[in-house]
Amino acid sequence: MTPTTVQRHAVVIRFAGDSGDGMQVTGAQLTNVSAIFGNDVQTFPDFPAEIRAPAGTLPGVSGFQLCFSDHDIHTAGDALDVLVAMNPAALRVNLADLATGSILLLNSDNFQAKELSKAKYTTDPREDGSLSGYQVFSIPMTELTLKAVEALKLSHSQAKKCKNMLALGIVCWLFSRPLESTLEWLAQKYIKYPEMIQANQLALKAGYNFAITAEFFAQRYEVPKAQLTPGTYRQITGNEAIALAAGVAASLSKRPVLLAGYPITPASSILQSATKYAALGLETFQAEDEIAAICAVVGAAFGGGLGITCTSGPGFDLKTEGLGLAAMTELPMVLVDVQRAGPSTGMPTKSEQSDLAAALYGRHGECPIPILAPATPGECFYIMLEALRIACKYMTPVIVLSDAYLSSSAEPWRLPDINTLPDLTLSFCTDPNALNPLQRDANTLARPWAIPGTPGLEHRLGGLEKNVKTGDISYDPANHEAMVHLRAEKIQRITAEITDLELIGAATGDVLVIGWGSTYGAILTAVQNLQDEGLAVSFVHLRHLLPLPKQLDALITQFKTVIIAELNLGQLNAVLRAKYLIDTVAYNKITGKPFLVSELETEIRKLVVAREKINVP
Amino acid sequence: MSHEKQSFASDQEVRWCPGCGDYAILNAVQKFLPELDIPRENMVFISGIGCSGRFPYYLNTYGFHTIHGRAPAVATGLKIARPELSVWIVTGDGDGLSIGGNHLLHILRRNLDVTILLFNNRIYGLTKGQYSPTSEIGKVTTTSPLGTVDQPLDPIRIALAAGATFVARALDVDVKGLQQVLRAANAHRGTSFVEIYQNCNIFNDGAFAAFGEKAVRAERTVWLEHGKPIQFGKNGEKGIRLKGWQPEVVEFDPATPPSDLLIHDSYQETPILAEILSQMVYPQLPVPFGILRAVRRPTFEELHAEQHQKAKTKHPQLNLMAALQQGQTWEVKA
Repeated sequence: MTPTTVQRHAVVIRFAGDSGDGMQVTGAQLTNVSAIFGNDVQTFPDFPAEIRAPAGTLPGVSGFQLCFSDHDIHTAGDALDVLVAMNPAALRVNLADLATGSILLLNSDNFQAKELSKAKYTTDPREDGSLSGYQVFSIPMTELTLKAVEALKLSHSQAKKCKNMLALGIVCWLFSRPLESTLEWLAQKYIKYPEMIQANQLALKAGYNFAITAEFFAQRYEVPKAQLTPGTYRQITGNEAIALAAGVAASLSKRPVLLAGYPITPASSILQSATKYAALGLETFQAEDEIAAICAVVGAAFGGGLGITCTSGPGFDLKTEGLGLAAMTELPMVLVDVQRAGPSTGMPTKSEQSDLAAALYGRHGECPIPILAPATPGECFYIMLEALRIACKYMTPVIVLSDAYLSSSAEPWRLPDINTLPDLTLSFCTDPNALNPLQRDANTLARPWAIPGTPGLEHRLGGLEKNVKTGDISYDPANHEAMVHLRAEKIQRITAEITDLELIGAATGDVLVIGWGSTYGAILTAVQNLQDEGLAVSFVHLRHLLPLPKQLDALITQFKTVIIAELNLGQLNAVLRAKYLIDTVAYNKITGKPFLVSELETEIRKLVVAREKINVP
Repeated sequence: MSHEKQSFASDQEVRWCPGCGDYAILNAVQKFLPELDIPRENMVFISGIGCSGRFPYYLNTYGFHTIHGRAPAVATGLKIARPELSVWIVTGDGDGLSIGGNHLLHILRRNLDVTILLFNNRIYGLTKGQYSPTSEIGKVTTTSPLGTVDQPLDPIRIALAAGATFVARALDVDVKGLQQVLRAANAHRGTSFVEIYQNCNIFNDGAFAAFGEKAVRAERTVWLEHGKPIQFGKNGEKGIRLKGWQPEVVEFDPATPPSDLLIHDSYQETPILAEILSQMVYPQLPVPFGILRAVRRPTFEELHAEQHQKAKTKHPQLNLMAALQQGQTWEVKA
């Protein structure tokens, strides 16, 4: 029986197994294959906080979800079309996300009594009818793998490890993915262990061939190429993009660039990736703690270097005093907070947007600091360069709010034209006859940057309040008031840098949806779906959270309802309500998981129907 | 290139209490800096919070008054960006050993090429008289009305334990000794840790008078010099020798010193002698001053630069384009 081939616009697939089963690697490789094939891809890796929980248990389940499509997509999908579950625990944890009628690939070798009980199953789900709503394919993946690599005489555990490639082989056949790029990738990955190259390649092919010959599947699927903007592409995750931006900044600015950090989930990989760019002039420094990292960056800035420090929520708390010092001494630097579920230790590998309030208000005193937030993994690159540019132009620290979701999510990224990258050449004050190293730029209110080594401009910076004209320590009441206002005004003037605010939809309507950060993809998809249905819904996604874009002032009053969708309890909502005195609606979710397109559609649709026009002052 | 003494004073009025030991230290530093062949614009004084924190404002060099305990961290970033600068860290017993203890440990073990001046007055002066990590046990202060119960830290022992390559102690009122130490500290390549006993005449007057007062100094302190016997007393009639592991005082005719007097060796690879000497406290033993240790080991800047070169040779082709294209790339045609 020859299987029929069905065309699909998109497939949402999740690989799930033990932390040791290689699910991240498998998912990442399918992503690669699909991207190179020409589909648009979006990913959502979901890993546990512990390094390796006991095998087969529920907390040990690690998952990798991706969507590959023939059109532009912005999320990794709500419901799964395919679930690959390597053991009962993976099935139990993920089954709820599998759409009815969809495909379930199980490794039957792991559905023994012991594994079932570890996953708290009292009966075998394959036999008790609980899986009747799905297309279940129960395949002895481990046994097939061991047979495939028999001739190589590997140890049992080495051989078993290749079963993730067998699973990938099956999936590649099922979705008409070519094997060549994976075979090449394996040859590179295991270049030091030739028997592992062979073993994995054999397993991959065995999975593919099994899918053909065993006549398991009545259907196979094709997802044609998408129409992406022409250019050269690579895959990139948010953290890779941030590290890359730091390296590029080192190359463009021709100044010392220091990336200082302390290991913390999910920001550690930025520091690790950054070490690759030493040859571009990027210095990396693993400090003794979070505070030392930000202080080192402040020190580098004092010396005329560019500094970046990356962390997550708990580290952000620690860096607060350092941020205040940078703001008070008006030194440029960037602090990246890769947000995770909080508060306190929270859920280190789960995503959330709940550090906005901390970024806005976390410091003692009147201490506004500009905040930017990238919307996609690729955008992290551009936001970082923009943050550095603003930091230097306005002589201020800048906060960039990323999150766990963006940090490890991958998407295809079109390489930028080098000539369009921002000018990061730094200018320092060098005139020894300059009246005062603390005279300000008339437009930006930034003070000139005079660095050690410049004769005639010796001065002392510090956290104490200083005279607005001379820069000497001052406790004068009127002077303090003037300085507080001046620092605030300087930050406000950054609105001049926000040249446009992308509006998706009409400039007036029933509902305006506002979002920020990694929720972009889900909100965009929901809004586009509703627009396709003819609803008067528009969408604006903020990249600048302080100062807010001036363009929002006029726009926000043109809709009957404004809804702000956030993965927190309404932090941006509180800001917009206070600023605009509008009775906005908040849609909040705080589970550690991203928005589903479906829940956003439901919520927005309700508002279109329900709300009356709001009078605005 | 030399400068006049006056040119290192800034235009700021010095605001320490009259009689504060910090004046003597400031004077000594202002007298000493002109000796160096370093242009003023290449000098940076970085301080934390405390009375010692005000030090940079009174020197006409670049300076940075940072946050409590964090001067070493700021200095580390500055030196990574600008390794050629002459960087001095000014801290105190509270700033450096309480909140700043962690950063102090790490800068010492990294051996950053800076000089650290720790003004130890055994009290918190700026905040008006609370006990510090170096205050003697049982000390009655505003926050310890019944006396402290914490065993004090000794900065010299901490520095040695952290692996500091240059460790010295000076006394605020001993200008000659202080300058000798500053000279050697500046010449040393690596972190030079200098503890300066400093008198806070308002909140802890006389903390070091028992042995530091001019009249008794010769009898109750010993000046260490590499290669010379550890000898003290008005006429050099006392010395230190080891009895088992313990240092003990021995008295003799200065014309015929005993053969088993300890000879100071500040270049010892492992700081065992320095550690023994650091245990000498008054009144049982004379308090050691001068340079306890001065050894050469690669500095953080040297190793960092070496690594950077290695990285460049490892990836000679890495330029901007190559960095952007890392990993697999593919073309999407129109």
